[in-house]
Amino acid sequence: MAATPLLELSGINKGFGPVQVLHDVGLSVYPGEVTALVGDNGAGKSTLVKCISGIYQIDSGTVTFEGNQVAIHSPSDASGLGIEVVYQDLALCDNLDVVQNMFLGREKKRGIVLDEPTMEQMAGDALASLSVRTLKSLRQLVASLSGGQRQTVAIAKAVLWNSKIVILDEPTAALGVAQTAQVLELVRRLADNGLGVVLISHNMNDVFAVSDRIAALYLGRMAAQVKTTDVTHSQVVELITGGRSGNIGLPPEKPADFGGDVVDITPGGDK
Amino acid sequence: MTTTTTTTAGGVKVVKPTVASYINDYWGRVRGGDLGTLPAILGLIVLSLIFGIARDTFFSGLNFANLFNQSAQVVFIAMGLIFVLLLGEIDLSAGFASGVCGAVVAILLTNHGWDWYTAIPVALITGIIIGFVLGFLVAKLGIPSFVVTLAAFLAFQGVLLVLLGGGTNISTRNEFFNALNNNNLSVTWSWILAILAVVGYAGVQFNQMRSRAKRNLVTDPLGIVLMRIGGLAVLLLVATAILTQERAINPAINSLKGVPIVVPIIGFFLVLWTFVLGRTSYGRHVYAVGGNTEAARRAGIPVDRIRISVFVIGSFMAAIGGIMAVSRASSVDPNTGGSNILLYSVGAAVIGGTSLFGGKGKVINAVIGGAVIAVIDNGMTLMGFNSGTKFIVTGLILLVAASVDALARRRAAATGNR
Repeated sequence: MAATPLLELSGINKGFGPVQVLHDVGLSVYPGEVTALVGDNGAGKSTLVKCISGIYQIDSGTVTFEGNQVAIHSPSDASGLGIEVVYQDLALCDNLDVVQNMFLGREKKRGIVLDEPTMEQMAGDALASLSVRTLKSLRQLVASLSGGQRQTVAIAKAVLWNSKIVILDEPTAALGVAQTAQVLELVRRLADNGLGVVLISHNMNDVFAVSDRIAALYLGRMAAQVKTTDVTHSQVVELITGGRSGNIGLPPEKPADFGGDVVDITPGGDK
Repeated sequence: MTTTTTTTAGGVKVVKPTVASYINDYWGRVRGGDLGTLPAILGLIVLSLIFGIARDTFFSGLNFANLFNQSAQVVFIAMGLIFVLLLGEIDLSAGFASGVCGAVVAILLTNHGWDWYTAIPVALITGIIIGFVLGFLVAKLGIPSFVVTLAAFLAFQGVLLVLLGGGTNISTRNEFFNALNNNNLSVTWSWILAILAVVGYAGVQFNQMRSRAKRNLVTDPLGIVLMRIGGLAVLLLVATAILTQERAINPAINSLKGVPIVVPIIGFFLVLWTFVLGRTSYGRHVYAVGGNTEAARRAGIPVDRIRISVFVIGSFMAAIGGIMAVSRASSVDPNTGGSNILLYSVGAAVIGGTSLFGGKGKVINAVIGGAVIAVIDNGMTLMGFNSGTKFIVTGLILLVAASVDALARRRAAATGNR
């Protein structure tokens, strides 16, 4: 598809005190494609996402967005660029309805009064653009929605703001089979609408079902970023668990294991 | 009944609600644990009937007017507490904060000879400062509000004693000030305000319907809107009609008629805070922080500032409650805002339908809950029960309300309403 990435990370380093979590990580997100970000627990997926969304600051490295180098210092910088994150635990308020949740923190106002009709209409349009037909009413409390419906609302919230990149953190982790299919379809539709989608997932079936590219993190390093069609299921699993698979992945001579007591191997040495 | 479907925002097909389906939905929500003010209203009716049957004087115009004056302090404090409760916090010091602010106003009026228009603002600012300090300690230092306000409860009791020089009683003689919670509006003004309130409410309702209909959004059925307006009109006009009757025992000496001045003041704050909670982004953020603090934080809502602000509103309203209490008694003593005032206020909010768990509640709950409390207190006094029995009964009713809240919450969790 598109040749130029929407978002390009290169040489990202991030550490917390003595613990180096991300080593020289690079990642490209293309518009209209779903990039699956995979990796074992503790591989640095969440940290990377938090760096992109501005919750964490990167120690070094460059972030290029639409060809321009940018600095993301806060979540509002990220949303200003059009990067939205749908969190694993959804971050919806149970006691508010669908429309209220979708506009939370960014309410439309006329003077000081909330402009409810406009918000309701925009929310409806956003849901319609994703072909969501499962909601009974836009004024339903989120508490009364099913897991899949909540995920839908959270994703539609991201769409509402004309985001360019949507990052989904384990969107299907808590869902049943039918709802998972529904959400994956939605993820695909997001990409088909021209957005760059980053899907974090542990589930290989999900990854192969919707993604165009797979980026595998291994112990804080980007083991490989490959086209989904070029790899097999087992190769991806090897990338996740061992950092390499055949001739793709991290070179074997590199000390890939930074765990335990050998903390003196600094990322500077990799450059 | 024919059901017509309509297409609403974004092409989502929905059933156009009819009066019947609206009532059905409402009943469904109630059964699902979203009780709102229903238990309080039913309780109010039942209690009024019991006391009315037991004592004829309960339904007299004089007693009816008294109810407003007696409950004013509790209602004002409860209105402020609703903001605090919406975040799942508590303000145990609200009672004595109102006492302190009442003492401030009385000292300025009586000891320093200030006039009401300078003394009242100082008392209100005192309330705001108290709220800010409490909120700051809770939000920024992270001390549980229960502890902060429990400490403040004790401290303010002391402040009140110190301010009053160790237990003296300061009486206020400012006529305007004492009129606030004792005197009545003229009959003409009573009617004008009642009619304005009904017309204003109707205007808001129709305007809302019109602006939604214009965009093809689902509107409440016209029948329901008319029922709401009609209900309010009947309630207000009947109450005004009763209150504008002569109710003095000996009218020749001292004529008593008209709506108590405190009623439009309660009405003003009811409308103001309802507007703030329901129609501004600030109010939306209060609900959001109460419902899911983390979600609110991620949505970019300044959680700490919201937390401080609710305590400021809480203590500000407590200050108004204190002013009303001092006005009512025309004096302040070390027990103003003490004894049962705080528990009555929390009780009013909870009985009215505000959840102690945060995220659920409306300002009207304070008024309805306050009315229930006032009716119990007033009715039991008329029936000659002593304070001990009154406390026991009020305590039990507060427990019942809290149980209803907890059970409704459980039921709501089971049916997925919350």
